Amino acid sequence: MSLKLKDINKLVGQDVHLKDINLEFESSSRYVILGRTLAGKTSLLRIMAGLDRPTTGTITADGVDVTGVSVRKRSIAMVYQQFINYPSQTIYENIASPLKIQGLKKAEIRAKVMEAASMLHIEHLLDRLPAELSGGQQQRTAIARALVKDVDLLLLDEPLVNLDYKLREELRDELQKIFIERDSVVVYTTTEPTEALMLGGNVIVMHEGRILQIGETADVYQNPATTQVAEVFSDPPINFMHGAIAVGKVTMDSGFGFEATARMNDLGPGEYTFGIRSNQLSISSDNDENARLTGTVALSEINGSETFIHFKHDDETIVVQDDGVHMHEVGTEVHVYVHPSNFYVFNKAGELLISPHND
Amino acid sequence: MIIRKRTIALIIYLGLLFLPIYWMLNMSLRTNADIMNVFAWYPSDPTFANYMKIFTDPSWYNGYINSIIYVTMNTGISLLVALPAAYAFSRYRFIGDKHVFFWLLTNRMAPPAVFLLPFFQLYSTFGLIDTHIAVALAHCLFNVPLSVWILEGFMGGIPKEIDETAFIDGYSFPRFFIRVFIPLIRAGIGVTAFFCFMFSWVELLLARTLTTTAAKPIAATMTRTVSATGLDWGLLAAAGILTIVPGALVIYFVRNNLAKGFALGRV
Repeated sequence: MSLKLKDINKLVGQDVHLKDINLEFESSSRYVILGRTLAGKTSLLRIMAGLDRPTTGTITADGVDVTGVSVRKRSIAMVYQQFINYPSQTIYENIASPLKIQGLKKAEIRAKVMEAASMLHIEHLLDRLPAELSGGQQQRTAIARALVKDVDLLLLDEPLVNLDYKLREELRDELQKIFIERDSVVVYTTTEPTEALMLGGNVIVMHEGRILQIGETADVYQNPATTQVAEVFSDPPINFMHGAIAVGKVTMDSGFGFEATARMNDLGPGEYTFGIRSNQLSISSDNDENARLTGTVALSEINGSETFIHFKHDDETIVVQDDGVHMHEVGTEVHVYVHPSNFYVFNKAGELLISPHND
Repeated sequence: MIIRKRTIALIIYLGLLFLPIYWMLNMSLRTNADIMNVFAWYPSDPTFANYMKIFTDPSWYNGYINSIIYVTMNTGISLLVALPAAYAFSRYRFIGDKHVFFWLLTNRMAPPAVFLLPFFQLYSTFGLIDTHIAVALAHCLFNVPLSVWILEGFMGGIPKEIDETAFIDGYSFPRFFIRVFIPLIRAGIGVTAFFCFMFSWVELLLARTLTTTAAKPIAATMTRTVSATGLDWGLLAAAGILTIVPGALVIYFVRNNLAKGFALGRV
């Protein structure tokens, strides 16, 4: 099935929830909608599902207008952020529920439920009630119910956000494998760039009800069209600096400078915004071409096997990702090294001019 | 030691609470002559004659049957009307929803006596006087608003996403409501039924005015024990005990959810 959203707008009272959304979805492909909270991800998903009506705009499925068609008559499944199951029914009945409505034979229902349950590793829990399960198991049930009927459109609204870290990683791995085998359009929303990168497929970056960029996930990550996309889709976080290119040299407003690369020189003199991901900064230098930045440590946070050092350079706070666990005293002076070719360059309007990856 | 003191205090409190009920039980097992002449903590010569009279005399036991009929009718009607209304208030936003919802509760702010005359006139016109349905409908004026409030509270605790998931699964609305939704608010329905029962069972004024003989409630029958020879104490006490029993039974079934019901389902 191909799904097409045309000029979708959603207003609730005076608030704009969605603005001029135009999207096309092809079957057997995965789409990740990435955006912060209140970006309009859920509003968009609900309109695609048919739970809400857009204020203006049309939705067509295989060329047929389905804008006002009731959710009951559409071939969709949805998994919510909260764990939504029927509390008074057992796990088996929960998963079987959409099949029973379709009027399938008992044996067929049983086979399908077993298949879905084994895919999500909850075969041993089928006789229990949802309230007796852990959060992860409850969400597995909800996902199994969504997978059990073959739908054209499978929607997942931040399904892993209420799970703890370990469970999230585990389920994300499994989901990725499950989605690849599906013929349906899979749309998955998330606030986490890492999650988007792991799931692959295509990404739709949203911000405040608008679509910022659409494309293959890896490509969008490497070539964010604007500073806004880079900000939303950056993990580890990205640092921005303002500066100017003149006579073969880049000079930041803070005074920090380095030799411009050939590509930067091609841009010509002028003011630009420079972006650098924190993993491209390091506190030790292995290359003579590296530029050196000096600052004082403001905060040092240990995150698993990495340390994020927030340091003050001039008036700006810059984040450096340092591999391994290292303690850094607050207030000490640090030298941070960066290779000039790793900078993203944006023009004053925030549009991408140079990325370290495009040639 | 503090715990011991508290236990003693509670036992005394409980004793005081149960004293009138115990006294009624005590009286119901004694003859009138015994009650009037001797002070006794317990019946020295217990007799079931008072109870036998109630169970054998149709003018007595019909009072119970009448009461049970109109109370059941009222509870049924109240729930049938209130369930969809509460669902609408809990799930949809419409113009004036909050005002209508509050207006419902204001119906309970007037004493039943206010509505006595209009009800009597209206039911006389339609020939409904002395029927069970007349009393049941009159009590709906008080029980439907209360039911809507209690049920709305319970329904508000069920996430809207469950409804949506059911519709996505393909449930039709009636099927979803009966198969999925009602089991989720079972406790709320039980508590609502209890509150309807309780109001209708103890309400005397409307029930007595709207009936004469065929649908006369037990509470009205009890007022007849006053005669030229004085009050029939033993019989009245026995009738009182029998009137408490159904209420106590219903309370037993909803005991775990009662507090939530008193808070109109909003805890």
